[in-house]
Amino acid sequence: MSRLPDGRYVDDAPYDPDENINRIERADMDAPNWLLVWRKFKRHKLGLISGIFLLFSYLMLPFAGFIAPYTPTERNADHLYAPPQMVKFFHEGEFVGPFVYPRTAIADLENYRWTYETDMTRPMPLQFFCRGEEYRLAGIFKTERHLFCASEGSTIFLLGSDRLGRDVFSRILYGAQLSLTVGLIGITVSFLLGIGFGSIAGYFGGKIDWVIQRTIEILRSLPELPLWLALSAAVPSNWGPVAVFFIISVILGILDWPGLARAVRAKFLSLREEEYVRAAEMMGASSGRVIRRHLLPNFVSHLIASATLSIPAMILGETALSFLGLGLRAPAVSWGVMLNDAQNLASIEIYPWTAIPMLPIIIVVLAFNFLGDGLRDSLDPYED
Amino acid sequence: MSLLKYAVYRLFTMLVTLWVVSILIFFIINLPPGDYLSNQIAELRATGQESAVEQAEFLRKEYALDRPLWQQYLIWVGFAPGPNGFSGLLQGDFGWSFEFDKPVADIVGDALWLTVLVNLAAVLFVYMVALPLGVLAAAKSKTWVDYTAAFVGYIGLATPNFLLALILFYYGNRYLGLPIGGMMDPQFEGEPMSWEKVKSILIHLIVPTFVIGTSGAAAMMQRLRANLLDELGKPYVETAQAKGLAPAKMLTKYPLRMAFNPFVADIGNLLPAMVSGSVLVSVVLGLQTIGPALLAALKSQDQFLAGFILMFVALLTLIGTMISDLLLVLLDPRIRYGGREA
Repeated sequence: MSRLPDGRYVDDAPYDPDENINRIERADMDAPNWLLVWRKFKRHKLGLISGIFLLFSYLMLPFAGFIAPYTPTERNADHLYAPPQMVKFFHEGEFVGPFVYPRTAIADLENYRWTYETDMTRPMPLQFFCRGEEYRLAGIFKTERHLFCASEGSTIFLLGSDRLGRDVFSRILYGAQLSLTVGLIGITVSFLLGIGFGSIAGYFGGKIDWVIQRTIEILRSLPELPLWLALSAAVPSNWGPVAVFFIISVILGILDWPGLARAVRAKFLSLREEEYVRAAEMMGASSGRVIRRHLLPNFVSHLIASATLSIPAMILGETALSFLGLGLRAPAVSWGVMLNDAQNLASIEIYPWTAIPMLPIIIVVLAFNFLGDGLRDSLDPYED
Repeated sequence: MSLLKYAVYRLFTMLVTLWVVSILIFFIINLPPGDYLSNQIAELRATGQESAVEQAEFLRKEYALDRPLWQQYLIWVGFAPGPNGFSGLLQGDFGWSFEFDKPVADIVGDALWLTVLVNLAAVLFVYMVALPLGVLAAAKSKTWVDYTAAFVGYIGLATPNFLLALILFYYGNRYLGLPIGGMMDPQFEGEPMSWEKVKSILIHLIVPTFVIGTSGAAAMMQRLRANLLDELGKPYVETAQAKGLAPAKMLTKYPLRMAFNPFVADIGNLLPAMVSGSVLVSVVLGLQTIGPALLAALKSQDQFLAGFILMFVALLTLIGTMISDLLLVLLDPRIRYGGREA
C-alpha cells in the first residue's frame, strides 16, 4: 500500500485479471466450524489439560501390561500388605540411579500383622525393559518385557501390595482397562437408545411421542442404583468376566438414555419445522434420511458434550456396583473390584494404601467433568 | 379449586406410574432363572434330603411360585386371588421372605421409617447447604468465594459416595468422636421411642446425611448459581442498581425469587439420585435402612423381599416428585395446571 501525492492510497500488488473476487480476504475469520471450536476450546485451560490427560490415559490402556511391573494376578506370598516403596536415586550421598532398598517381612505375632524391615545397606537397582511375568500386549502379542521391574531378590511396590501380595500400582493400570472402557460402552448404548427414541418421538410426534414421553418420565422417576443392583443381580454367576463386563456396561447404558432422549426430542420438535426439512421431504427423502442427514448433524456436537458429562456417572456406577459385589467379579480387575477389598474401616486404618484406587477414580471423573464443561462452552464459537 | 383438581390429576398419574413400575420391577426380579425355592429344592435333592424337599414343594404351592409368571404377578400385587384368597401388596400383605423365614413386613418394619428419615434429612441438608452457597457464589461470581464453592462442588460430584462415607466416618470418629455405623446406639434397638433414643439417632444421622447430600448439594448449588447469574444480567437489575437499591435487598427482592423456581422443580431429579445414594451408603455404613436388606435379598433371589423394597423405594420417589410438583404450582401461579400441550 503506498500513498500518492494527492493523498489517495493505492495497492502495490500487480493487477491480476484472473483473480477470484469471491475469495475472502481474511481466511482466519472464515475458518471451518471445528477450527473455531478448537480455538475457543484452547482458551479453556482446565478443559484442555483434562482432555490431554484423558487422551493419554486411553492411549495407555493397550500398553498397561508393559508399564506395569507385575501382572494383575501375580502373587507375592512373602509380601502381603506391603506398604508403598519409594524409588530412590542417592545411596549414602552418592548417585546410583533409580533403586529400591530390599525389604523382608516379619510376622508381628502380637498385633497379628506383617511388618516390614528395610535393609538400608544394599541398594537394589531397578531394571528397565526387563523380563517378567508373561502378558499380552494390546491383548494380542505375547511378551514378557516390562518397562521396569525390581532386580532379583527385591520388590517394587510403588503403591504397596494388597491382601494377597499383588501390586496395587499394576492392578490400578490393569483396572483402568475395564473401568475406563465401561463408560465408553455404556455411553454408546445410551446414545443409540437415546438418539433413536428421542428422534422418533420428536420427528413423528403423536401417539409414538406420547408413549416414549411417558416411558422417559417413568424411568427418570426411578432411583437408578436399586435398579442397577436388581439388573446386575440377574446376571448369571457362571458367566465369564468378559461377558459380565459387557453386560454391566450395557445395564449402565440402558438406564441412562432417558435424559438424552428428552434433549434430542426437544431439539427435533423445533427443527422439524425448518424450511430445509420441508424441502428435503418434498424432494422425496425418507424419514430416516431426513433424520440422519439433515437433522442430527445440527446438534451432534452438543450430544458429544453431554456424553462427556455422563461418562463419569457410569464410571462411578461401575465402581459402586463392583464395590457392593454385584458388578465385575474377582478375576476381573477394575477399580471398584479393588476397592471391594478396602470395604471395612479397619483395613483402611491399618493399610491405607489399599484405598488408593479411589484417587484415579476421582481424578478421571473430575477430568471428564472439566472436559465436558470446556466442550460445552466452546461449541458455540460465534457466541461470546 | 383448580388446584384441587390438579392434585387429583397428579395423584392419578402417580398411581398409573406406580402400576407400570410394579410390572417393571416384577419382571426384573424374575429375570434370573429359577427362584429361591426351586434353587433350594435342587440343593436339597443333591444332598438327598427328600423330606425337606416336600416342605419346600409345599411352600412353592403356598406362594404360587408353580404358576405362570403373569398369574404370579397378579397374585403378588393382589389383583387376583392366590392360594389363600386375595393377599397381595394392595391388601397389605407384603409376602414372605424365604431367606429370613419371616414375613417381609417384620423384616422391613422399622427400616422403612428410618429410610424415610435418612432421605428427608438429606433433602433438608441439600437445601440448607445449596441455597446460601449458590447465592453467595452467584453474587460474588469470579471471586475466590465463587472458585472455592465451585471447587468444593466438583470434589463433591467426583468422589464416590461410599468412599466419602468411609473417610468421613474415620475422621469424624477420630477427631469429633462421632459414632461409627448403625442408626442408633445398640442399647436403644427395639426400645420404644424416648428422648434419649431420638438424640442417639440424630447424632448417628450426621455423617450419613452429609454423605448422601453432598453430590446433590453440589449439583443444586451449580444450578442455582447459573440461574441467578442469568437473572442478574437482566436490565431490571441494572435499573434497580442505578436507582440505588442496596445490593442485598436488590438481590433478595427480585432475582432470587425468580431463580427459586427450578430449585423446587428440581426435587424430581434430586430425589431418585438421593434414594440411590442412600441405598449404597446404608450398605457401607451399616445403617438399618432397607439398603442392606435389598442387597441381601437381591443376592439370594429372595424375590418377595426384593420386590417389596424396590416398590417402596419407587413409591418414595414418586410421592416426593408429586409433592414437589404441587409445591411448584403453589409457588408460581404462572405454571399451568394439567399437562403441557405438546
